[in-house]
Amino acid sequence: MDLLRFITAGSVDDGKSTLIGRLLFDSKSIMIDHLEALEKQSKNKEDGEIDLALLTDGLRAEREQGITIDVAYKYFATPKRKFIIADAPGHIQYTRNMVTGASNSDLAIILVDARHGVVEQTRRHSIITSLLNIPHVVVAINKMDLVDFSQDVYNNIVIDYAEVAKKLGLKDVRYIPISALNGDNIVAKTAALTWYEGPSLLDILETVELADDIDLEKARFPVQYVIRPQTEELHDYRGYAGKINSGIYKKGDAVTILPAGFSSTIKAIEHNGKEVDEAFAPQSVVIHLEDDIDISRGDLIVKNDNRPKVSNEVEALLCWMDHKALVPGNKYLLQINSKQVRSVVKEVSYKLDVHSLEQIASPETVALNDIVKVTIKTASPVAYDAYQELRTNGGAILIDETSHVTVGACMIQ
Amino acid sequence: MSAYRLDYLDQLESEAIHIMREVAGQFEKPALLFSGGKDSITLVHLALKAFRPGKFPFPLVHIDTGHNFPEALQFRDELAATIGEKLVVRKVEDTIKSRQLTEPKGKFASRNALQTYTLLDTIEEFGFDACIGGARRDEEKARAKERIFSVRDEFGQWNPKLQRPELWNTYNGRISKGENVRVFPISNWTELDIWNYIKRENIALPSIYFAHERTVLEHEGQLIALSEFIQLDDTDSIVTKKVRYRTVGDMTCTAAVESSASGIDDIIREITATKTSERGETRIDDKVSEAAMEDRKKNGYF
Ligand SMILES: Nc1nc2c(ncn2[C@@H]2O[C@H](COP(=O)(O)OP(=O)(O)OP(=O)(O)O)[C@@H](O)[C@H]2O)c(=O)[nH]1
Ligand SMILES: [Mg+2]
Repeated sequence: MDLLRFITAGSVDDGKSTLIGRLLFDSKSIMIDHLEALEKQSKNKEDGEIDLALLTDGLRAEREQGITIDVAYKYFATPKRKFIIADAPGHIQYTRNMVTGASNSDLAIILVDARHGVVEQTRRHSIITSLLNIPHVVVAINKMDLVDFSQDVYNNIVIDYAEVAKKLGLKDVRYIPISALNGDNIVAKTAALTWYEGPSLLDILETVELADDIDLEKARFPVQYVIRPQTEELHDYRGYAGKINSGIYKKGDAVTILPAGFSSTIKAIEHNGKEVDEAFAPQSVVIHLEDDIDISRGDLIVKNDNRPKVSNEVEALLCWMDHKALVPGNKYLLQINSKQVRSVVKEVSYKLDVHSLEQIASPETVALNDIVKVTIKTASPVAYDAYQELRTNGGAILIDETSHVTVGACMIQ
Repeated sequence: MSAYRLDYLDQLESEAIHIMREVAGQFEKPALLFSGGKDSITLVHLALKAFRPGKFPFPLVHIDTGHNFPEALQFRDELAATIGEKLVVRKVEDTIKSRQLTEPKGKFASRNALQTYTLLDTIEEFGFDACIGGARRDEEKARAKERIFSVRDEFGQWNPKLQRPELWNTYNGRISKGENVRVFPISNWTELDIWNYIKRENIALPSIYFAHERTVLEHEGQLIALSEFIQLDDTDSIVTKKVRYRTVGDMTCTAAVESSASGIDDIIREITATKTSERGETRIDDKVSEAAMEDRKKNGYF
């Protein structure tokens, strides 16, 4: 069965958590004891009504404040597909948590409150959706019940958002009017929105085409760990353990080990302890090479027919996620898959303005949640692809060397 | 489906193996917390796939509350012996003595909360910098919020309001001295995924997961195994029933479910049809308060 990972995004209170609750409720995916607990906890509601947002807002602080602070992951399945949902917070203060949830999503549902239309956080989350190159976007115009299910209101928001989508280069964008609270157009289509001719939200989620989301052409295998039993009978065993991030590897393939540039040939591939002739993304395997070369964690084994770039200087769009400002010239650790190198942010060339979506040249400060274009110099060369071309080998994180916290997400260009 | 597309179980398996190897690659002294339950047995199975023919880069560590099911303990020892990996057992009983802890009282007095002391002591004793655990996000609402690499401070505390960003499959395991990371490779698996995987991979489980006759105490709709660890009253209703366990925790806080499922297919059928969650049906300890799990995690629990 297929697996779709999606996120709900959009501004605070636009109804993301309610939508997830509704989706799970109407698809009968909530267990009775959880439902009973929800009924008890829905103190602010009238008798019998339940606050569906409480299903994902699981932290004490979230329930006290009625907002989402960090991503909640929920799981459900229909006969057609399995789903992993990330319910993101809308509040600007927790944008980095939304980035966390979005980074692994194949689809983003961006909610817009029909009364307020496209607002700053809608744009910010859309920028992140575009930066992270999430392949599919559904714009759900929510709370239609509060605008008398007006087609005009809906159309105007669609026009506004289409502008944003165009500027950001979002590709597969669909629109749907919903009421998360009442369940209109969530699992089933609704009589309240006769003018809407498209499918229900669940329909969209069940049928979005996922096939091309993994690149099978550009073969990339980052070495995570070297298996060397060094026992008597396995004296010469030396296997490179890792997950194929993209592409297909076959026994006999000519490969290059980057960044060093050694060449070799694949002698054997093991998958789950058995030798196989070929393996493909995203399988975790062990690769053996014909030649005895020095390979360790962080090295990238690629096929010779398609190579990534290798450089000690990269340009990247950077989403800054720390309370301390980014200081150009400061050193950070750059981690791309299993590789960590020391690096320095050399230059900040522009900042993206969330309102106009324009570039502001040479910004004076880079603060929490800012999105900037940077040049990063690394202490030793790294092998990478442009993020927009190969998501699994173009995303890197920056780590503060002293606090060890992840402070930045880099989409390498 | 194209020939180069992975089924969801294969995707989950590969993700979990990747996470385990990240632990091996990033930490000096990791450990795998092993409880004898199905989730940690699945972890061991995944570790075999991740590291064979090499040895595990970590020992199995069991925090023994003294209230475990004997079947689970026996299974634990046999499994460790069969795969030839190191098993470390540390007993809550010993911590209670050495630290003069007060045992909880009452009918179903549970040592669940005391485990945390033994766990933190064990982490300190061996200098573990990462502990792999079998928690799943579908289990509980606080767990639904936790990162795969979850950093704990020197008191073992989780701070849910200040979690590190975690992007793609890039895991940042860097920590300061005294801190440690809890790692959850099967975060994204559901209960049903686990059972389907156990079936597919033919993984052996302790016998108590399958239907068997047992004398139980019927308490507020839940069936608690009779043992020396719970107090009986004259008014208690004691019955013998055909039951199985859906989770395996302490005898004092894990309830059995009535079932005649003797094989894995029967179990999968029952779990697919059930309307009650795993913890809701079987755990007494979650009922204490609405945020019981969050509070325990904040105190250093798994
Ligand atoms: N009338 C109406 N109210 C809605 C609808 N959807 C959500 N709400 C209400 O809007 C409020 C906010 O809903 P949430 O689901 O918590 O919003 P959110 O987007 O998850 O908020 P954050 O996660 O904090 O950003 C709640 O009071 C909901 O009941 C809707 O379709 N119609
Ligand atoms: Mg929310």
